[in-house]
Amino acid sequence: MKPVNGSSNLNLSTWTPDAVQAFEKAGFSRRGFLRGAGALIVGFMAGGEKLAAQATGTRVTDGTQVDTWVAIAQDESVVAYSGKCEFGQGFLTVQHQLVADELNVPYERVKVIICDTALTPDQGTTSGSQSHPAEFGTAGLRQALATAREQMFRMAATRLSLTPDQLMVKDGVIMSKTDSTKRVTYGQLIGGSTFKLTLDTKAIPKDAATYTVLGTSVPRVDIPGKVFGKHQYVQNVRVPGMLHGKPVRPPTIGAKVVSVNEASVKGLPGNVKVVVKNDFVGVVADREWQALQASKELDVTWSDGPAIPDQATLYDYMRKQPTRDSLIVNASDVDRNLAAAARQFKATYLHPYQIHGSMGSSCAVADVQGTGATATATIWSSTQGVYPQRDSAALLLGLPRPNVRVVFVEGSGCYGINGADTVCYDAALMSQAVGKPVRVQYTRADEMTDGENIGPAFVVDLTAGVDDKGQIIAWDYESWALSKGGRPNATTPGNIITAALAGFPTPAIVPAAANSPTTFGNNGNAASSYGAGVVGNNAPGGTGNVRSERVKTHTIQSMFFTGPLRSPNRLQNTFANESFIDEIAAAVKVDPVQYRLRHLSDARLIDVLNAAAKAANWDTRVSPKPGNAKTGVVTGRGISCVLYEGDNGYCAIVAEVEVDQDSGVMNVKRLIASQDSGAISNPDGMRNQMEGGALQGMSRAMKEEVKWSGNRITSVDWVRFPVFKFGDALPVVETVIVNRTDKLQMGAGECTITSVAAAIANALYDATGARLRQVPFTPARVLAALKERA
Amino acid sequence: MAAISFSVNGRPYNVDTDPDCPLLYVLNDELGISGPKFGCGLAQCGACTVLLDGQPIRSCTTVVSEAAGLGVTTIEGLGTPENPHPLQQAFIQEQAAQCGYCLSGIMLYGKTFVDSNPNATQEEILDALSGLICRCHAHNRMVRALQSYAKAVKA
Repeated sequence: MKPVNGSSNLNLSTWTPDAVQAFEKAGFSRRGFLRGAGALIVGFMAGGEKLAAQATGTRVTDGTQVDTWVAIAQDESVVAYSGKCEFGQGFLTVQHQLVADELNVPYERVKVIICDTALTPDQGTTSGSQSHPAEFGTAGLRQALATAREQMFRMAATRLSLTPDQLMVKDGVIMSKTDSTKRVTYGQLIGGSTFKLTLDTKAIPKDAATYTVLGTSVPRVDIPGKVFGKHQYVQNVRVPGMLHGKPVRPPTIGAKVVSVNEASVKGLPGNVKVVVKNDFVGVVADREWQALQASKELDVTWSDGPAIPDQATLYDYMRKQPTRDSLIVNASDVDRNLAAAARQFKATYLHPYQIHGSMGSSCAVADVQGTGATATATIWSSTQGVYPQRDSAALLLGLPRPNVRVVFVEGSGCYGINGADTVCYDAALMSQAVGKPVRVQYTRADEMTDGENIGPAFVVDLTAGVDDKGQIIAWDYESWALSKGGRPNATTPGNIITAALAGFPTPAIVPAAANSPTTFGNNGNAASSYGAGVVGNNAPGGTGNVRSERVKTHTIQSMFFTGPLRSPNRLQNTFANESFIDEIAAAVKVDPVQYRLRHLSDARLIDVLNAAAKAANWDTRVSPKPGNAKTGVVTGRGISCVLYEGDNGYCAIVAEVEVDQDSGVMNVKRLIASQDSGAISNPDGMRNQMEGGALQGMSRAMKEEVKWSGNRITSVDWVRFPVFKFGDALPVVETVIVNRTDKLQMGAGECTITSVAAAIANALYDATGARLRQVPFTPARVLAALKERA
Repeated sequence: MAAISFSVNGRPYNVDTDPDCPLLYVLNDELGISGPKFGCGLAQCGACTVLLDGQPIRSCTTVVSEAAGLGVTTIEGLGTPENPHPLQQAFIQEQAAQCGYCLSGIMLYGKTFVDSNPNATQEEILDALSGLICRCHAHNRMVRALQSYAKAVKA
């Protein structure tokens, strides 16, 4: 398979004339691109060439219309449009594969344009492992392509005086099944024209078992551009006349502006301007380095922020706050069964605040032009959701929604809502104030303090009872998690810190009691894999056989802004649930795989569990490992499994660790993961996600924790927020893919990261008999656990 | 401001800039060279790595005046899609990236070490990359790519 060079950025000069024509016919003006005709002209460098883009194109972006998704040119090239973004997870490649396969056209003919509010359908955010389910679902790209293909079969049937079922298609040519001289190409049927069709939910997509492009390891479309240094990240966007901005954040959480002494930066190089809006402060200069220098010189007097909980007592504090509660499952017999159990087990698991910690600090360019009702804004952003960002930015800037265009440009890997949205607001506020395009790239400290919505801390209490045979007869989960703000949306810009500083309120957590559940919901893997998930008279919704189950969550007000971080809640909950099942297995003296199998009912979860154990040559026996000494270096193995968020990717992972019991230093030697995400689109792409997820999850489990002192965050760089890096002991990572072409496509990017922490903790237990119940597993915590072991 | 001359990827440049400005900003903002990236500004991650007279340095903490009269090489200078460097071929072959933002550090430190140590073990290659960050954690693929490149160097 020939890789396609370059990036997803629009570069019409690389297109064939007919592809450009199809683009025009789809409702967009080429002149708007090349000469800058139209209401709002902007330009940026793409592949060394200047392009001008028009904000007010007439392209249809209504997702119910086939023309929104696909256009075919007379030269047979195909342009598809999607609202699911590329962050390095490889989905842009899958989208190219999907178009080629579903339409039966050669892969090289396909172009996919992603995530631009002027060009692409609104598919919300690219998050939560939902790209596969959405794009292959009944309202996504696959359904649009199937509708288009069926329409072209009908058109061909008319043209050839045959019926659709007498036809077949190969390489974009529809022909008679019995006489290949009776043929017509897609380009001849529709080239340069439009479908004018609504997505047909009855159109039948191809059977995944017949895929020829999907299901193969097509090389990533974006990697060549990245290794040649030509890939254009949002950090590389440059707009003519652009200035550089630098936000000046409060030194402590919740501090407010008392005064800003603008004279303190007067006369500095770069025509420095100061922007103040309530507690939002920024400086703008001609060059980035000048803006950075000016931000250090700017004299701002801040009030002291309010006191926040001491880090050392955070988890106790969390239990004592007013809470907003929910009940996922609430079997009436849990207390009775716990009381009657032959043995009862209790444990508490703690997980800290963590940041996304993107490699590149977040960056955006905003160009706000004019004032009043005719003002417009264009934002180049690596946001996960161009439409939510547009809606929120419109409120922030006081502009009508249609006057704002958000253009996605890939940034550094984000792993959730990193600073990508926040920095758009910084750039937009400063551009609006100075009337010129403004680029902002955060410093490392900006990114790690007030740049993003961080992943919340968790406390999970688990209680279970077993009968005299060691079988679990009741499972009781209760958790406390912190929350403040969240993703951009159409109503509350204050979900993001920049807008909150500028004066938009951040909704508070309103305490409320839980309603009785009426249907089962997995709620981010709060429900364990071993629960039956029985609510009322409904059929069981869980993957296990423990019917006596209660799952109650408490949400409390966070002092830091929070938001989704790769496998939000699912990761923290799975660390707790998969550690706890292991503790019980050890106590009742059953092998950890066998004990899980006793309590699982879901065949696919059972299969991935067995697949991982087999690949790891699992040593079936009770933990801890017999014969290990209580001092010196010992080894052990642990396992963990999960159905991600209850319906979106099956995974099991085995960890093999080596620990020095004298120093507390633990190294993971080997990770063996198995995964079933339904019909697999790109095996190597999936392996890349599994490998990276496993190691990133290991990093989070062993090293990562946001730190603060007083009301000031102190983990502001890679030394004070350490992550797994080169030079640290690198485990071997092995992957097993369970491909099910008869099953719906599921997410693949968050399965291994969800399961790995418990596998490591369980391996440490196997090696030493010491139990880790608090993330991260630093040497000090390992030593403390060793000291406490029985 | 001062006039400073140096070459980048074999092409001479003369820039009028604050001599204390880090080289990275001059490359990105004045010269339009986008391979080296701003990651931390603290020499803690390696995304800004370039070769200065053949040796890897962190351009985010190297002031531009230190480059005066010298040659800078960025990952753009290794090869082109039409004429790729074997190192770039190895990274494509192994699909050794996710977001790819860190590649300047991994590729240039890796290249410098492997060029003079083509028989290096995996452990030695990892050691040569010590301190670099890949936040997508594509480490295993990157090491495979560098081992594959080492074979090409030996051949």
